[in-house]
Amino acid sequence: MELDPVLLARLQFAFTIIYHIIFPAFTIGLSAYIATLCVIWMRTGKEHYRTLAQFWTKIFAVSFAMGVTSGIVLSYQFGTNWSRFSAVLGNVIGPMIGYEVIVAFFLEATFLGAMLFGWNRMPPWLHTLSAIAVAAGTLMSAFWILSANSWMQTPAGYEMRDGIAYPLDWLDIVFNPSFPYRLAHMVTAAYLTTSFVVLAVGARYIIAGTHLEHGQTMLRMAVGFAAIVAPLQLFIGDQHGLNTLKHQPTKIAAIEAHWDGSTPGELVLFAWPDEKAEMNRFAITIPHGASIMLTHSWDGLFPGLKSFPPQDRPPVLPPFFAFRAMVGIGLLMIATGWIGALLWWRGRLFTTRWYLWPAQYVWWIGFVAVICGWIVTETGRQPWVAYGVFRTADAVSPVAAHTVLTTLVLFVVVYSIVFGFGIYYLNRLIVRGPTESPLPPSVLPAPAWSVAAGGGKPVTETKS
Amino acid sequence: MESYLPVIWAAIMALAVAMYVILDGFDLGVGILFPWAETEHERDLMMNSVAPFWDGNETWLVLGGAGMLVTFPLAYSIILPALYLPVIIMLLALVFRGVAFEFRWTGITSRRHWSFVFAAGSTLAAFCQGVILGGLIQGIKVENGAFAGGSFDWATPFAIMCGLGVVAGYGLLGATWLVMKTEGSVANRARIEARLLLLLVLAFMAIVSIWTPLAFERIATRWFSLPNILFFWWVPAATALVAVAAWRALATGNETVPFLAAIGLFVLGYLGLLISNFPYIIPPSLTIWQTASSPSTHVFMLIGMLMMLPIILGYMVFVYWIFGGKVREGEGYH
Repeated sequence: MELDPVLLARLQFAFTIIYHIIFPAFTIGLSAYIATLCVIWMRTGKEHYRTLAQFWTKIFAVSFAMGVTSGIVLSYQFGTNWSRFSAVLGNVIGPMIGYEVIVAFFLEATFLGAMLFGWNRMPPWLHTLSAIAVAAGTLMSAFWILSANSWMQTPAGYEMRDGIAYPLDWLDIVFNPSFPYRLAHMVTAAYLTTSFVVLAVGARYIIAGTHLEHGQTMLRMAVGFAAIVAPLQLFIGDQHGLNTLKHQPTKIAAIEAHWDGSTPGELVLFAWPDEKAEMNRFAITIPHGASIMLTHSWDGLFPGLKSFPPQDRPPVLPPFFAFRAMVGIGLLMIATGWIGALLWWRGRLFTTRWYLWPAQYVWWIGFVAVICGWIVTETGRQPWVAYGVFRTADAVSPVAAHTVLTTLVLFVVVYSIVFGFGIYYLNRLIVRGPTESPLPPSVLPAPAWSVAAGGGKPVTETKS
Repeated sequence: MESYLPVIWAAIMALAVAMYVILDGFDLGVGILFPWAETEHERDLMMNSVAPFWDGNETWLVLGGAGMLVTFPLAYSIILPALYLPVIIMLLALVFRGVAFEFRWTGITSRRHWSFVFAAGSTLAAFCQGVILGGLIQGIKVENGAFAGGSFDWATPFAIMCGLGVVAGYGLLGATWLVMKTEGSVANRARIEARLLLLLVLAFMAIVSIWTPLAFERIATRWFSLPNILFFWWVPAATALVAVAAWRALATGNETVPFLAAIGLFVLGYLGLLISNFPYIIPPSLTIWQTASSPSTHVFMLIGMLMMLPIILGYMVFVYWIFGGKVREGEGYH
């Protein structure tokens, strides 16, 4: 059998980047949560919040280690597997990745050390500042990476000369048409993903009757956040969709499985899109539904897949199904947030078992939604690596297919081992829970200046 | 101005690679020395001496990759496919050792296993980095601005030798770091290891210094023709002096000079490689000018770099200062 080097390179990149995005989706939100806890701790002086911050810092450290190591891989894969992409688009897209490293990556990686190990080396305010620096770093990291990815979706501010892209206007490049929507959508997704992990862990403690006070704080914070932000995300996603229709009509046509652009779009609730026959099988639809959503008119028209030649169409199944999974989870999140808020208002949030019991298992839904969203946007961009500019098939490296296959297998093996142990250890940390075991100051003499600057707060440390 | 931009960026990238090699070098080196520690307790101490820093250190590797994509995209698009296997194996080794920093603390029984993973990952990553260096020096087959060779072109005795040399070099950095940052049995053993590794590193430096001019005509011309030899003779002389200083400091019980001298050896060896190969970024076919990105890209990135580099160096120094002095017993957040 002849191996297809493009397909193998795509599989490898899909695998490594899906694995990677799990961790930023969590650490962007978690670092902000930890920084928030640190700030509350400083303002209220309640040890309770410090213990929570310490607990989540341990979880953060394990996740960040897996995220950072898999992220380094990606910064080299542009060269190892997609060298033509780098040579052709490097002039334009490179600086966004470069800025991510110098503005964000260094900040978060350097202050992570201070945040993890600085509990008894720094005064509380400086520790809180380190946590804020890490959170800011992850956020700016998202800014630049989303800018780079958005440029691949909606290229702007460049010109092609002799087959190579050259920059014309850096503001147009960085703030390309889809960037604001995609940044807002992804950062909100990361915060929501984290809030559902916190929500699940809180519910788990309340059900189990352990770490009750901490569990209640977590559940309250997460429910309040989800109740407000999950509906907001629906609105942002809708705006993003309208932007996509304007700039990437083939992606919208694939998402909606809309074949014939001369008829109003049906909202396809379920179907099996058949790319060969150019139609949907087993379709359950709401007539005119997609037209109303996308054009805000009953008979509004938007391009269908048949409006484009077959070689310019994306595959239909991945964006179609991944989009429905993402939206479904989004609606579930809104329901979870609103029902939780209602119970909270009635004073029954911590006693309603029919709510708490399923809630303890929802920790993974945000991750699935994030991955599905990325599948929608990345497969929906095909067959282009930079939409309308450069085809994926032309971007691949001159590396033998069997070599790519070998490393793909290695990645799957190594990442599976690391992921398996990572989940196992994270679960163990969660089972152990937030523990208050401050060591007497005599065991660990704090540096003199941290006592002086610490405002008299005890600087303590937990040790496993 | 435009023709100077690639030179400025070559200097910045050379600095980034040097920062990476020195900084991640010592924390990889601590992993390379893991097998020779006697107890897991000693390994705890060794790991804690680098744990607050490794993440920031490894970021220089990301800058090396991303920076080359930005400023020399053509070089990036040729070097990485050419050195595909060593690069990916290095990255996977770094994945293993990176997570070992965290996973090792989560259980008592599994601690030994993750110690092994940490040591193996550190050693393999260092070895691959040496192979990458060797593979680059010995040359890459380029046709029409793209890599045109096979998957195993890099696998030569010279590249393997470079791999071993980098393992020894990082081991030396790690050992002298432990001399500086730890006390008791760990520091005492590190002092002995450092002397052995110093001899080994000098041997590798000597081999490279003899091998490369013999094998590559252009390198011999660069060093031994007149007037070049008048400009460059001080590099080997300074290397010898630093080596003597390192040896004596290790013998007299000095705690910081050995680490500084090890850095000095790295800087001098690195300078030697730059002298041998400048202005080639892919010897012997492509120069920094031939692979540079557009002037607009260089300027846009340079603005950010000049603003951020002092800030990055500033907070890095700050974090090293926070964690200054000897690593304390039981330090960590686990």
